[in-house]
Amino acid sequence: MQEPQQQHQDHGGHEADRENEGQDHPHTPSYLRPPVAGRAQSDSGSEPSLTQSKCVEFDLPSPVSPSRPKSPWSLFDPYDNNEDKEYVGFATLPNQVHRKSVKKGFDFTLMVAGESGLGKSTLVNSLFLTDLYKDRKLLNAEERITQTVEITKHTVDIEEKGVKLKLTIVDTPGFGDAIDNTECWKSVADYIDQQFEQYFRDESGLNRKNIQDNRVHCCLYFISPFGHGLRPLDVEFMKALHEKVNIVPVLAKADTLTPTEVQKKKIKIREEIEQYGIKIYQFPDCDSDEDEEFKQQDLELKESIPFAVIGSNTVVEAKGKRVRGRLYPWGIVEVENSAHCDFVKLRNMLVRTHMQDLKDVTRETHYENYRAQCIQSMTRMVVKERNRNKLTRESGTDFPIPMGPAVSESETEKLIREKDEEDIMQTVPETLINKVKKQFLC
Amino acid sequence: MSSHGHGGSQSSGGGSTLLGYIGIDTIIEQMRKKTMKTGFDFNIMVVGHSGLGKSTLVNTLFKSQVSRKSAGWARDEKIPKTVDIKSVSHVIEEGGVKMKLTIVDTPGFGDQINNDNCWEPISKHINEQYEKFLKEEVNITRKKRIPDTRVHCCLYFISPTGHSLRQLDVEFMKRLSHSVNIIPVIAKSDTMTVEEKQEFKQRVRKELEMNGIEFYPQKEFDDDMEDKSDNDKIREAMPFAVVGSDKEYQVNGKRVLGRKTAWGIVEVENPNHCEFAQLRDFLIRSHLQDLKEVTHNIHYETYRARRLNENGGLHPICDTQDSNL
Repeated sequence: MQEPQQQHQDHGGHEADRENEGQDHPHTPSYLRPPVAGRAQSDSGSEPSLTQSKCVEFDLPSPVSPSRPKSPWSLFDPYDNNEDKEYVGFATLPNQVHRKSVKKGFDFTLMVAGESGLGKSTLVNSLFLTDLYKDRKLLNAEERITQTVEITKHTVDIEEKGVKLKLTIVDTPGFGDAIDNTECWKSVADYIDQQFEQYFRDESGLNRKNIQDNRVHCCLYFISPFGHGLRPLDVEFMKALHEKVNIVPVLAKADTLTPTEVQKKKIKIREEIEQYGIKIYQFPDCDSDEDEEFKQQDLELKESIPFAVIGSNTVVEAKGKRVRGRLYPWGIVEVENSAHCDFVKLRNMLVRTHMQDLKDVTRETHYENYRAQCIQSMTRMVVKERNRNKLTRESGTDFPIPMGPAVSESETEKLIREKDEEDIMQTVPETLINKVKKQFLC
Repeated sequence: MSSHGHGGSQSSGGGSTLLGYIGIDTIIEQMRKKTMKTGFDFNIMVVGHSGLGKSTLVNTLFKSQVSRKSAGWARDEKIPKTVDIKSVSHVIEEGGVKMKLTIVDTPGFGDQINNDNCWEPISKHINEQYEKFLKEEVNITRKKRIPDTRVHCCLYFISPTGHSLRQLDVEFMKRLSHSVNIIPVIAKSDTMTVEEKQEFKQRVRKELEMNGIEFYPQKEFDDDMEDKSDNDKIREAMPFAVVGSDKEYQVNGKRVLGRKTAWGIVEVENPNHCEFAQLRDFLIRSHLQDLKEVTHNIHYETYRARRLNENGGLHPICDTQDSNL
């Protein structure tokens, strides 16, 4: 049973230990902040406080307060000791958010594009320490003539320190290899659109539990070191895709260039990118509260575009260490030596600092653009059909088979069509999609 | 760079043993940074008839004056004739994490003479939030981060009669457990002794089971064995018998939150006195995100599927402001 004991202490006029109710106490711990909206005054609780007593003792041992179970967050725990801290506890929220993702694992889809022989496969193997292309058969020139640009996918599961990544590499063999390469990027663009479309359908469906996300998060475009900057094919490819995917340009086989040559080429390529209005992936700006080192790194990153890379599948011995590299009679090129090439910068950017951002930009910008366009074009279809029905007085469903290209319309017709489209736009896209589905997929 | 363990990573593509460490685990840090920047929303509803200490408990949970009563509204306002829904929001911060906390109060619930259908305004409010979210989601130009006003958690306060659940309790929880996460708590539990508490809890749990009320964490949503065993322990201990207080007293040289009576001080955070600490740890420190996820992935999806199916589709969006072309 509890037996409160009151100690009467005489402090004269001093009331240091008066038990005031509901007021701020001197040692409010730093974690605790009053709500931004302002702390309301609690009622001045007119109950007379025990002026003399200092502490009330109980027989029961009082535990460390606040007591809490062993934290499941181990080294991610924001509260790093179990001492008496008066905190609420929601700083563990970021950990909670990612607990499920960590359990499920992450995924990332990387596309590599560029002419054959630029070292794409080797670079991918070097980046992710995999051997995705072990049993590849290299085609000779005759065999290549009849090839169209294929899209191939390799998936690999990588685990490191308990984190699982499902990595998908989308390759584009045959790109730029033919004699006539007009529109050879079309199959690439179509592939990207197909992934968006599939995601859009899934997202608009009724059962959204297990949506597969195959959208391409990043495209490494390989620029040949043998040219003078960008070639026409490079420009056309990047312009066709810069609004569908994050493009990261890469200067391939950089070990054929001296450092000065590399610098000159980078500057030239950057100028041309700007000149042609190509929107490559932009690194997000640093927050003002980041430390100086981070800001410096960020600046260096931005000035390294395009990344001059070298890849290697072999390990050589350099200065007593075993490193990935290429052995030449005149020296050893070390892949992971930042004085030799930008491989480390690229890898860090891709994996260690910007992987999440690449996915976010894909999701929030490229995909949303696709979705908006898709909805608009579906709406146009509906309006056309309605008009056609009005003309022919057929009582068909809303979506008969789409007909050929529309006849050129007059100004008034255009205004009417636009007004119709606006009306239909008011209808929820999901209804449209369901109707389209029923019509075309059954 | 350091290699971890046996060095290098494993891949199912016939694996390479070439040296090094890629750095995939850093993605966790990247995600953390991002989510910390964007901040979190959390919406909690409190339901129970007046005088059960709802506002005080919420203040105690978040260690701030966040309830409606503290926002300056009259403490002795009249009991409304129908159930009101009143929300109040605050931004609180801890450890670099910002949370926009919204407390939805339901004054008038269970206070009338005839309490028939008094759950309807509450149900309507919950569905309205789902509808709002759905409308945003189907928009053509969508916001990057749709503002989330959906109720993530509903704390239902059971009166500590010591007997059993009241009919109103059963009706409410039965009807709403399928559209929102309900967490029943036994209010003002310092009116019961330890034995009385245990008996009452058991009786309440049995009644909940008999009536088929699935409170949070629901058995059917346990993902894997690890979740199931964690959640089983919590389900066994629920409903938590709590005491709330926003006043501090000195006990054994430490300042603790408590209620002072003539026969002793009830320490709110002392697990021997009441189960507040357990509730808080469960609600905030381990399952906060899960509450949001279950709301989003299950309750909201159920609502959405129902809406898409009925009447052949959703009604046209009337508000032209929404569809920016």
